[in-house]
Amino acid sequence: MIEVKNLHKSFDGKNVLNDISATFKDGITNLIIGQSGSGKTVFMKCIVGLLTPDNGELLYDGRNILGMGKNEKKELRKEMGMIFQSAALFDSMTVFENVTFPLQMFSNMTLREQIRRALFCLERVNLLDAKNKYPGEISGGMQKRVAIARAISLKPKYLFCDEPNSGLDPKTSLVIDDLIHSITQEYNMTTIINTHDMNSVMGIGENIIYLFNGNKEWEGNKEEIFNVDNKNLNDFIFASDLFRKVKKIEEGESHNE
Amino acid sequence: MGQVFSRPERIKIYFKEFTKEVEKLGVNSIGIVVLISLFIGAVIAVQIKLNIESPWMPRWTVGYVTREILVLEFSSAIMCLILAGKVGSNIASEIGTMRVTQQIDALETMGINSACFLILPKIAALMIFIPLLVTFGIAAGILGAYATCWFGHIMTTADLEAGIQYEFKEWYIWCSFIKSIFFAFIIASVSAFFGYTVKGGSNEVGKASTDSVVCCSVLILFSDLILTEVLMG
Repeated sequence: MIEVKNLHKSFDGKNVLNDISATFKDGITNLIIGQSGSGKTVFMKCIVGLLTPDNGELLYDGRNILGMGKNEKKELRKEMGMIFQSAALFDSMTVFENVTFPLQMFSNMTLREQIRRALFCLERVNLLDAKNKYPGEISGGMQKRVAIARAISLKPKYLFCDEPNSGLDPKTSLVIDDLIHSITQEYNMTTIINTHDMNSVMGIGENIIYLFNGNKEWEGNKEEIFNVDNKNLNDFIFASDLFRKVKKIEEGESHNE
Repeated sequence: MGQVFSRPERIKIYFKEFTKEVEKLGVNSIGIVVLISLFIGAVIAVQIKLNIESPWMPRWTVGYVTREILVLEFSSAIMCLILAGKVGSNIASEIGTMRVTQQIDALETMGINSACFLILPKIAALMIFIPLLVTFGIAAGILGAYATCWFGHIMTTADLEAGIQYEFKEWYIWCSFIKSIFFAFIIASVSAFFGYTVKGGSNEVGKASTDSVVCCSVLILFSDLILTEVLMG
């Protein structure tokens, strides 16, 4: 479980995150949603430790990352897996080498165990056939799946996904969402996903936090999100015609009942 | 810099990276070093012959001057200026691209000291391999000078050979090695710094690459002056 308490971050005097508190539980997919520029990525970077917040507390199962020394932080990072918006695979390594890299760096496994684990992770994301290819030779969706395989290779406790569906078609996005959701349950991880994809929200939004201009405006789940009295959130959700229609259908069904 | 020279997480992985860098930065530069040195050696020999030909000059002068230029300046300073363009821009653009595509963030998130992991093997590889490139440069330059005798017939090989062997000082070769090791450090570290601190996109990566070459060139020329004074003054 990750607890964020009164997090505050500013750049050059401009507030980007204002007093945000949230709890991200194990075994469920926690989504951070909001428009572009709402502070989602900064929020995630603060949680991961790539940015240092100005104020607040970040507790990883009770351990405050902000009070940790360099070595403690390093140890904690080994329990984290992260999937970046651009997949961030290492260009100079093959798919297989990308997945074995964290194992070589941090595990005490023998070479045979490392190979077995890497092959298992690649099989889990259905990419065994592409193991000898370089990132530049595979599609965006496949790159994201390799990133997932790399992120779970060390069996992390915490998984962070920064807009995992950006640049992907709706069908591939569904595959990625399902994969992240099932892996979260399988390993009982604390998973935090940054997204502005409403399909992901409706598909895997078990706990959702809505950010607007650096403020947390709403927290709930996918069942509640259509019935929130918040103009900013409604503008965000119903920016797409599709979800306006979905709401109408839902309202129609409940009226009939 | 402190981050770069901190203790590596896994020596074995770093050594693997080091060998990759030796191949990429060193072995892959042999071709261009040999080619340029071959022609420069030939041109120096022809220029010296044309410009100082006089009945008062000993016939071995051409060989002697060619050797001194190749050993003292060309093989170290000029060769490193060329390598600043080839290797320096390669390092800056590679690390810069890793920065803008979040690959460095990925390393940091894993708990890896990205500065040390990416930069240390490059600095070590170039510093260790550069004396070999200097040796190739000197050998190819002298071979180029010989080629002017064999194919251009501007003088006899015996005269050239006499000049090349005349008052040979081993220390000059060592000076060349020492200077080139300093220059290798400048090329690898300065280029890596420009790449590592890139912010933005492909435009900034291109700018970092250009800036690194300019900065390396100026630093190499400046340190050449100081090192020559210190080592030979």
